[in-house]
Amino acid sequence: MSAQADWGPLCALEQSRMGERSLSKIPILEIRDLHATAGGKEILRGINLTVFPGEVHAIMGPNGSGKSTLAQVIAGRDLYAVTDGEVIYEGKDLLALQPEERAQQGLFLAFQYPVEIPGVSNLYFLKAALNAIRKRKGEPELDAMDFLSLVRQKMALMDMEEALLNRAVNSGFSGGEKKRNEIFQMAVLEPRLALLDETDSGLDIDALKIVAHGVNTLRSSDRAIVVITHYQRLLNYIVPDYVHVLSEGRIVRSGDKSLALALEESGYVGIEELSEAAQ
Amino acid sequence: MATQLTSIETLANQEYKWGFVTDIDADTVPPGLNEDVIRLISARKREPQFMLEWRLKAYRQWLRMKEPTWANVHYPPIDYQQIIYYSAPKRNKDGPKSLEEVDPELLATYEKLGIPLRERELLAGVAVDAVFDSVSVATTFKEKLSEAGIIFCSFSEAVQNHPELVQKYLGTVVPYSDNFFAALNAAVFSDGSFCYIPRGVRCPMELSTYFRINAKNTGQFERTLIVADEGAYVSYLEGCTAPMRDTNQLHAAVVELVALDNATVKYSTVQNWYPGDKEGKGGIYNFVTKRGKCLGVNSKISWTQVETGSAITWKYPGCLLIGENSIGEFYSVALTNNYQQADTGTKMIHIGKNTRSTIVSKGISAGHGQNTYRGAVKILKGATNARNYSQCDSMLLGDKCGAHTFPYLEVKNTSSSVEHEASTSKIGEDQIFYCRQRGISTEDAVGMIVNGFCKEVFRELPMEFAVEAQKLLGVSLEGSVG
Repeated sequence: MSAQADWGPLCALEQSRMGERSLSKIPILEIRDLHATAGGKEILRGINLTVFPGEVHAIMGPNGSGKSTLAQVIAGRDLYAVTDGEVIYEGKDLLALQPEERAQQGLFLAFQYPVEIPGVSNLYFLKAALNAIRKRKGEPELDAMDFLSLVRQKMALMDMEEALLNRAVNSGFSGGEKKRNEIFQMAVLEPRLALLDETDSGLDIDALKIVAHGVNTLRSSDRAIVVITHYQRLLNYIVPDYVHVLSEGRIVRSGDKSLALALEESGYVGIEELSEAAQ
Repeated sequence: MATQLTSIETLANQEYKWGFVTDIDADTVPPGLNEDVIRLISARKREPQFMLEWRLKAYRQWLRMKEPTWANVHYPPIDYQQIIYYSAPKRNKDGPKSLEEVDPELLATYEKLGIPLRERELLAGVAVDAVFDSVSVATTFKEKLSEAGIIFCSFSEAVQNHPELVQKYLGTVVPYSDNFFAALNAAVFSDGSFCYIPRGVRCPMELSTYFRINAKNTGQFERTLIVADEGAYVSYLEGCTAPMRDTNQLHAAVVELVALDNATVKYSTVQNWYPGDKEGKGGIYNFVTKRGKCLGVNSKISWTQVETGSAITWKYPGCLLIGENSIGEFYSVALTNNYQQADTGTKMIHIGKNTRSTIVSKGISAGHGQNTYRGAVKILKGATNARNYSQCDSMLLGDKCGAHTFPYLEVKNTSSSVEHEASTSKIGEDQIFYCRQRGISTEDAVGMIVNGFCKEVFRELPMEFAVEAQKLLGVSLEGSVG
């Protein structure tokens, strides 16, 4: 943990909490000095982050700070090359796993831009996903009836119309429908670690409340959620335990929810100065 | 990204699982073609004089024709004098009367293909007229069909037992002079299927034929004729697989469909002949002429095809829409992998008033495959209020393959409407990653995305065939598609 010296002064709170948390539980996610590049350009420049079960973390930061890259690297997108550091998920080397293995072991990414798959029904897609995860756990595949009743229950949670089930995955969905569909999938797949990448972008206030309600319902003592967002607004509805500020590929500040409010007032400009000072 | 592409290519490069050769003694004539060979074929089949004359006219026409070169396919010149034009499995006197009499090795071949005759007969209720090399060796469910007055038999039998029907309709949809390959077929065709559905009869089961090319260097010249009389309905299934071979094999089939007043013919094909190896060596040349004639008012002919096999496919199932309010449909999935080439599409010729046609074509290219859609929609002067809708979508897997679209529209009646939509997409890394992030493997993701792409066509297939089609698509692209 050589990088600690750099971010230590900024993360005193983080460190002290980590001390008390580690007594009782093991982390779901530990990121240590993670560096990653895209097309030869370094985007993540030494990320350190520890997430325990039951916690909700918010990662904030200006455009281009590396928020989405971090989410994509954790999920295993091969557009990015990890050049240094490690990511430990439930005690295992996450970076050694294929994207589908990560998903099967409980890692979920709600995409910033959910992808359309024409001709494949939402229901069929979700059933294939759920059964792949169940298979990994050694559980039997759900039959059509059980699956449908599970899905109906989760649709009610997200206030979604049943017609969406038979439409092709994200095809012709509005921006809000796509984001809701992501959280709906999360509700069905019940991950251990969920990364929400700008789930609030493009949502009006009503849709935002529905999505936040869905996420809050999924908060539990054995699940962790990492919310990536540009704006503080979402955090009024999904109240985080920790807030981290990402700038130029590093976490430059960590704090509790009050940090998000402070950011709202001062903007990211001050943070960038901090970042430069840290270097 | 590199690893992902590699894995898609790996999936796309799985070997043809169904390459095997059945060792059955074939009764063949020497290679080459002349009038004597045609006389010999006709004599072997004990054909009436009109058939021999028709064959000879076709042959003489063929001699004056040139092999077409306009298609977007490339292959070395075919030496037509090196082809064997007749081959029949040896038979005990008059051939088998039941499955017990069928060569056990042949039955085993069908077993390997996963289409055991007996099981299909018992479970699926499908009557199978099995064409093996050039002679039909087993026909089932004949009795049940004949109770309904339906004639479903090999072409040879039809020539013997129903010469008047054959003479009335043979060559009325695809004349022997139609094109080079149709002329060749007319001259030398050895067998095929014949089907006649009498007036007002709805055929109680799906009719199916499994074609198979077996004897070495034997050009396969099948001929199928289906006639639906007034108010009749028939759904016909054609499925093909072939054993692995080194040398290219020519297949030049002809299919003719006739629909009289208020009749419907639905013709579905799943074609999975040997496509050649990864370097493009070997494989079937599939040069087929298929056409339907909507002769009567309110008649309908619907083509559905899933083309995954053959080294080269040259095929344009079309409809002549003559009767008022008649309907023509063409639903196609064509997949080319490795060095496969497909130039396929349809011709919809609107002649009568209020005629309608729908074209949905899905082309998938992988490896070095080249996939061409070629379609013609013609609205003739008298086709008042004719309507056509065409949709041609292409999907590319990898960056060494090609997709091409050549739609020809010719409209001579101003009251008609013609719509054409086309799209080309690359199977998205984004789509695959999205699936994988949900726990679905790359292999399953590719299968899911490709099958989703083809959904509009698959839903036109009869249920049991749709499953097989998805499987064949799977064999061509990956291990198994659910």
